[in-house]
Amino acid sequence: MASAAQRNIRSVSYAKYGYFFILPFFLVYCFFQIWPLINTFILSVYGNGKAVDEFIGLGNFEALLFGTGMGRASTAIQETFFQVLGNTLIVWIGNFVPQIAISLALAVWFTDAKLKIPGKGFFKVIMYMPNIITAASVAALFLKLFDDSKYGVVNNLFLTWGVIDEPIKFITGVWESRGMIMFIQAWMWFGNTMIMLMSGIMGLNPSLFEAANIDGASSGQVFRKITLPLLRPIMLYTLITSMIGGLQMFDIPYMYTKGTQRNEYTKTVAVFIYEHFREKMPNPNYGFSGAASIILFIITIGLGSITFYMNRDKDAAARKKERKAAAKKLKAQQKGLGGMEI
Amino acid sequence: MSNEKQVKDNYTAKLRVKSGILFAVCVLLTVICLLPIYMLIINATRAHVDIQTQVSFLPGSSLIDNINELSTNPNFKTFDALTGFKNSLIIAGCSTFLSVFFSSLTAYGLYVYDFKIKGAAYTFILAVMMVPMQVTSVGFLQFMIKLGLNDSYIPLIVPTIAAPAIVFFMRQYLQSSLSLSIIEAARIDGCGEFRTFISIAIPMMKPAIAVQAIFAFVANWNNFYQPSMILISRKAEQLTIPMMINALKSNDKIADYGVIYYAIALSILPLIIAYICLSKFIIAGVALGGVKE
Repeated sequence: MASAAQRNIRSVSYAKYGYFFILPFFLVYCFFQIWPLINTFILSVYGNGKAVDEFIGLGNFEALLFGTGMGRASTAIQETFFQVLGNTLIVWIGNFVPQIAISLALAVWFTDAKLKIPGKGFFKVIMYMPNIITAASVAALFLKLFDDSKYGVVNNLFLTWGVIDEPIKFITGVWESRGMIMFIQAWMWFGNTMIMLMSGIMGLNPSLFEAANIDGASSGQVFRKITLPLLRPIMLYTLITSMIGGLQMFDIPYMYTKGTQRNEYTKTVAVFIYEHFREKMPNPNYGFSGAASIILFIITIGLGSITFYMNRDKDAAARKKERKAAAKKLKAQQKGLGGMEI
Repeated sequence: MSNEKQVKDNYTAKLRVKSGILFAVCVLLTVICLLPIYMLIINATRAHVDIQTQVSFLPGSSLIDNINELSTNPNFKTFDALTGFKNSLIIAGCSTFLSVFFSSLTAYGLYVYDFKIKGAAYTFILAVMMVPMQVTSVGFLQFMIKLGLNDSYIPLIVPTIAAPAIVFFMRQYLQSSLSLSIIEAARIDGCGEFRTFISIAIPMMKPAIAVQAIFAFVANWNNFYQPSMILISRKAEQLTIPMMINALKSNDKIADYGVIYYAIALSILPLIIAYICLSKFIIAGVALGGVKE
């Protein structure tokens, strides 16, 4: 009797609730993300403008990457595409390098127990603030402060102080505008990076720092020999997420333009895609923008798989490795090698 | 003896000097962070002519004029702050509720139950966490136009049910704070599965929910890309605050700087106030999100 009852209890399964609980997520994800992704693939092998229903195979990719297949139009589109890829890379590097340098320095100082910097909490709050402000408002604000004409606040100040004789072209100049976008991006994101790195540093084993202090290591030595090597996984993670974020950079490059005229030196890949499928309405270039999206997708997969590899459950992976090694050893023993390490 | 003391004094003095220098650096960075916002507020209170002739770090007296100008001048018709706040609030509020609730549900399902595709489902969620919106947007917009859902808030709100990053965070949190024996206890007491989730898991997840809700709300409030993609007709009564700011800055007819500064200040005011109140939560939340190890 008892055993039958026990068997009965054991057979109560809650598995169906698991499916029920995760169902909404997967339904919505398939409908609003997976199908649009497949749809993007489909659109990328069809034509552009008025010919969106015409199947052209890999013509769009050919035009974007090699500038062939569509006559003069394809050379022009290839030039633009490589220009926007280059712009994205330049603007990303120009904002990431100073951003990570400042964030890392601040994170190390703020977590150093020996240094007594008053008002740490206040500084953290202020430095994170630009990150929550609407990007559209930030772009509009910087457009007005750094206006090209002598009426812009910064130009006005510089002219009165006699630093410059001519107003600086902060919006239309090639490197001036790129520099401004780099600055705005770094301005918006350095606080966020700093706090992430700080939490990474605080997660490190404090006894290592104590030991180094007792041994008389200088701050520079501690940073180079302890903090930096231990922080490497978090730094790599920050680097890759920032790279993926950089590929999608849209708001500031799109809006940091005068009127409706867009500066070709600050146009990023995301802006290029948006212009072709959205601003060309009612005759959108679904082909070009779809193909560019797919190229972006492939780059993201490459970068993402590195983070995914890092984010995976390390213990589980280690156990798997151990099991594999044990199996290998067993096999070797069976082969008659006497259990020697190979 | 005195030698030792001297060494120690030297050491403290050195640290003090270093702390002082670093403090100065921090003050400089704080000024860089605040100066644009300070200039925004100052210029919002000044008249167009004054702004163009002379830079000032002190407030002017034209705030009332700028407020009146913004609400009466037909050139600023597209910038209707109240409508913008209402629209942004509807989109951000609904999206936040849906994304946080369904992410908690998904994370709970993945953590509590054992079923065949559990591992595969979680791996899938981790894998798609990095897929950027821009990659799918071409197919997304074309699909939505086919369904006749452009110019509607549905494509802006409903897709937020599937938020992989929030699911990841929630599952991490559950793993560290919810013990399965509590669920067992609820079952023995005859509590249904869904009710267990609502009345036991949700209250225990409150801190994580608060953090994620704040971030989801800010992200949706600030979102410019999706609304400007979906709302093709740009109907005045549908515009969100970021779209209004973009329209304002793109309009060549508008040249009154004082009013523009005032409009920008108005658009960021709610965020700044909310940030000042919630900054402790937000900073802690960023720090939590940073530890992915």
